[in-house]
Amino acid sequence: MGDKVRKVSYIQAVNEVLRQEMERDSSVIVMGEDVAGGGGRPDKKDAWGGPMRLTKGLIFEFGENRVRDTPISEAGFIGAGVGAAATGLRPVVELMYVGFLGVCADQIFNNAAKMHYMFGGKVKMPLTIMTATGAGLNNAAQHSETVYSVFTHYPGLKCVVPSGPYTAKGLYASAIRDDDPVIIFNNRPAMGLRSDDHVPEEPYTIPIGKASISVEGTDITLIGIGYTTRLCMEAAEELESDGYSVEVIDLLSISPLDTETILESVRKTRKVVIVDEDYPRCNVASDISALVAEEAFDYLDAPPKRVTPPHTSVPYSRALEAHWIPNKDKVVSAARQVLE
Amino acid sequence: MTLTTSGIDSKVLISMFRTMITIRRFEEQSKREADSGKLRGLHSSIGQEAVPTGMCAHLGDKDFIFGTHRSHHHCIAKGVDLRQMMAELLGKSTGTNKGKGGTMHIADIDKGMLGANGVVGSNIPVSIGAALSAQVLGTDHVSVVFFGDGAANQGALHEALNLAAIWKLPAIFVCENNRYAESTPFEYAVAGGSVANRAAGYDIPGVLVDGQSVLDMYEVSGEAVGRARAGEGPTLIEAQTYRYHGHFGADNPLAYRTEEEEEHYKEKDCIKRLTDYLVENAIATTEELDKLDQEAVESVAEAAKFANDSPFPNPEELFDDVYSDYPKGALVAGMQLDGLPDPGLVTPPSS
Repeated sequence: MGDKVRKVSYIQAVNEVLRQEMERDSSVIVMGEDVAGGGGRPDKKDAWGGPMRLTKGLIFEFGENRVRDTPISEAGFIGAGVGAAATGLRPVVELMYVGFLGVCADQIFNNAAKMHYMFGGKVKMPLTIMTATGAGLNNAAQHSETVYSVFTHYPGLKCVVPSGPYTAKGLYASAIRDDDPVIIFNNRPAMGLRSDDHVPEEPYTIPIGKASISVEGTDITLIGIGYTTRLCMEAAEELESDGYSVEVIDLLSISPLDTETILESVRKTRKVVIVDEDYPRCNVASDISALVAEEAFDYLDAPPKRVTPPHTSVPYSRALEAHWIPNKDKVVSAARQVLE
Repeated sequence: MTLTTSGIDSKVLISMFRTMITIRRFEEQSKREADSGKLRGLHSSIGQEAVPTGMCAHLGDKDFIFGTHRSHHHCIAKGVDLRQMMAELLGKSTGTNKGKGGTMHIADIDKGMLGANGVVGSNIPVSIGAALSAQVLGTDHVSVVFFGDGAANQGALHEALNLAAIWKLPAIFVCENNRYAESTPFEYAVAGGSVANRAAGYDIPGVLVDGQSVLDMYEVSGEAVGRARAGEGPTLIEAQTYRYHGHFGADNPLAYRTEEEEEHYKEKDCIKRLTDYLVENAIATTEELDKLDQEAVESVAEAAKFANDSPFPNPEELFDDVYSDYPKGALVAGMQLDGLPDPGLVTPPSS
């Protein structure tokens, strides 16, 4: 690429794309709990800049009309996001943790997901919801979940999981410009990490519904979702030192799902391991496992394998949580079982 | 402008009469269609015509309203086409929602009707989003949500009232208190015995109004709309009304209420009262009103003919409008045409 590689953290990438999209389109607004912080106090503006600091500084550039601190009232403000999206705005709404889904599920599943279809296509729903996922910070069962499956279950929603700063920036831009409701899952433990990727300063988009092949190989396909792509890459490095040629797919979109890229890869490598931090029952990994079994069975040398947490809530104690969460060693071990 | 003793222009009064009689004739026809097996489950709005009529008389196409599972009267008051409405009830491709929504989800964004909603209370937060759009974009449009006394106990109402109040949104909350949430009486389910009084907790106006009087409804609506347009924030209106039929088609309301009670409310019928007012004050003659009624009957009959003559959607339309932008031909589990139900299943059962 010639020029110096521009490394930024995930948080910086998201903050940058939000700023750029708000500059680009005056109908983009941001709301959620503490997205500025210090709500209404002129001397305390931007006290937080978002619970994950994703929205830091935006209120100074775009003002209180477009950057709105909300009460802790998810059904209220996510519902308001739905209504605003239907009537001319492009709201970006933050649901602090995906574990809080339960208090606003009706608005997401019954209204955001269904209105376009239910109203015969006459109402558009350019709503973006960003939310935090991920275990590893000893935050226990309600603040550590990774819940994709219930969102992907609903027709009408689009769901994306950036794997690092570069994909975050491009997927956010696409989500905000999309006329359908898009849920963006941010892995919290990975938010502070910089990636080695070059993140261009100028705006760009990454298409929703398209997976990316992080590294090509011929012996086995490892499929990652967001942060677990990183685990797949680390596992690939170890497996390659044993002489295996590993292909890694960075799924990026979990709805719509890029079935073509998955099937093409698996038909080539004949083996697949899917790594998903969501609970194992009815998750994206099981969906892909079924897809591969139904559509590529004759190509397979071994049954598809899933690496997921056990079917328990996320435990608090670091001694237990370390066992719960998928890691590189679990991916390597699963891959070896499939390869051998 | 001809002011009447009510202070309302006579043209507006006649127009409201036309709206209310059209709603009633439409609902009578809907029931006939349902009774003949062409649609299942019908939440009739007969008895409640005055509430949206008095409110929507103040609104234009750019103002938004939001409804409930019982919303035919909201749609008609907001000017949604009767033919498309009836076609939607019958699940036809010419319906407002192309047959994808049905009686509980009629929407017409061009008329500012942003949808009936089958989940009690669900539309209340959505409605303040339309008010938020108006505020952010700097228009003077207002957003009105209608909900029942059942929804008064949903947390969604509290959250939306609070947000609308702290942001001073141009939002109007209209509780159509028809005294029953399905079979559960208002006095059993609503603590404090008042929805309007709950406004006090948010420091916004809470107004109790006789929802069987379109004149009263028109007046309080005008004040609320005026406040909203002037940037003075939300209003909560509790309109006391009554549904003449059961909760849905097959519900016998006498299982939970008395004939005496029904008679009491029917004596205060909103159409009868407006008729009497117009005749007594020489604003219209009985003959003129009968003629408007006859016109309503004819336009509803025409709507029913249009709906019955319209085609059902093609099977391929099943996959339309899942997303506004979606890679065509993308393989998604279940998005193939194989295994569609036998067309016989969509034929209405014979009555």
